[in-house]
Amino acid sequence: MQLFNYHKPTSLDEASSLYRMAEDPIYLGGGMTLIPTMKQRLASPTDVIDLSGIDQMRGVVVSRKSVSIGALTCHNEIANNAEIQSTLPVLSSLAKLIGDNQVRNRGTLGGSIANSDPAADYPASVVALGATIYTQDRTISGDVFFQALFETALEPGEIITRVEFQVPTRAVYQKFPNPASRYAVVGVLVADFAGEIRVGVTGAGPCAFRARDMEAVLNRALDPDGLQELGLSEVEFNSDLHASAEYRAHLLHVLVRRAIVELVALD
Amino acid sequence: MTTVTMTVNGKPVSENVEGRTLLSTLLRDDLRLTGTHIGCDTSQCGACTVLLNNRAVKSCSVLAAQIEDCKITTIEGIGTADDLHPMQVAFRECHALQCGFCTPGMIMQAIDLVENTPNLDKRGIREGLEGNICRCTGYHNIVRAVASVAGAVD
Repeated sequence: MQLFNYHKPTSLDEASSLYRMAEDPIYLGGGMTLIPTMKQRLASPTDVIDLSGIDQMRGVVVSRKSVSIGALTCHNEIANNAEIQSTLPVLSSLAKLIGDNQVRNRGTLGGSIANSDPAADYPASVVALGATIYTQDRTISGDVFFQALFETALEPGEIITRVEFQVPTRAVYQKFPNPASRYAVVGVLVADFAGEIRVGVTGAGPCAFRARDMEAVLNRALDPDGLQELGLSEVEFNSDLHASAEYRAHLLHVLVRRAIVELVALD
Repeated sequence: MTTVTMTVNGKPVSENVEGRTLLSTLLRDDLRLTGTHIGCDTSQCGACTVLLNNRAVKSCSVLAAQIEDCKITTIEGIGTADDLHPMQVAFRECHALQCGFCTPGMIMQAIDLVENTPNLDKRGIREGLEGNICRCTGYHNIVRAVASVAGAVD
């Protein structure tokens, strides 16, 4: 790693001001992506601003309609929190599938979402569960948050403080993990909000998105057979050494089918 | 340079580190606790696993500066040659090591799993050890050892 200045602010104002003063700053959450990236010198910031001392970014608030989670909450906390397990079980089970135990002890919700890795798990839940992203300045709808490969609606210096998920009637996450890394080759979160179906997809394209053509078909009838003829021409599928675009398109169909079968069996 | 203060294996420690110093470097080079192994140095293999506030983390992917005021436990901190930790006893009894390189990380991860997972079964152990790679592929006996400590059945 190249030399950098390390800062650990205790408030959002202090973090923003450190960011403004630095030449080439970057925020650090749990560091499960950033630190390996810096070790490979794929990122060489002049200043690393560790957000873990900002207490305002912690805590979980669960109500009947929504679950609001502090950005610093680690994956294992989301997997094991009893209130999240009972109100939004799909998010706990999704968190359990991320990386490995050590990564889940350290990696954070806010860090994962801010990174917009095309194969990360949480982005599927952000778009499918009508999430709202809170930053120090404003709120951003989950529908417009992910913009491109590793690109979000965040402005330079903006910090995710909390993420608020809407609680669906029922929901299922289906993931086809890469056998080595456990990243999603494709992951699909299908949520039913009192009859309105939302389909969040990760791993398939440059960033997470809602499969609106699929939603339209499923909102007419919750039957995966209706999806067979759907070409998904609007989706630009990723193609890399893990899977071709054709394979990912096929996986998307298979995973949505599995999710619907599991969803219908939920009650 | 920043000064970091922490507890390592029950003892208070204060060291001057660069921002880029990794926890694994601090443990091995500065504190000479070389039981924590560096396998891949790219956060894949888990050989460098230590407990940070009683939870397993890969010390090659944590900055030393991040652990101010935290409690670190390494393989040196869980038992002695005369008084082994129950997990170390189980690894010996079950022949859960071949070359032994991955063993410190495996044991620290296994302690986290057994202490923090309710109703741990063998499948849970196998899934829980996903972040630790044994190049001798001796997984079967490692799972047996962890299961014997956890009281886990199939």
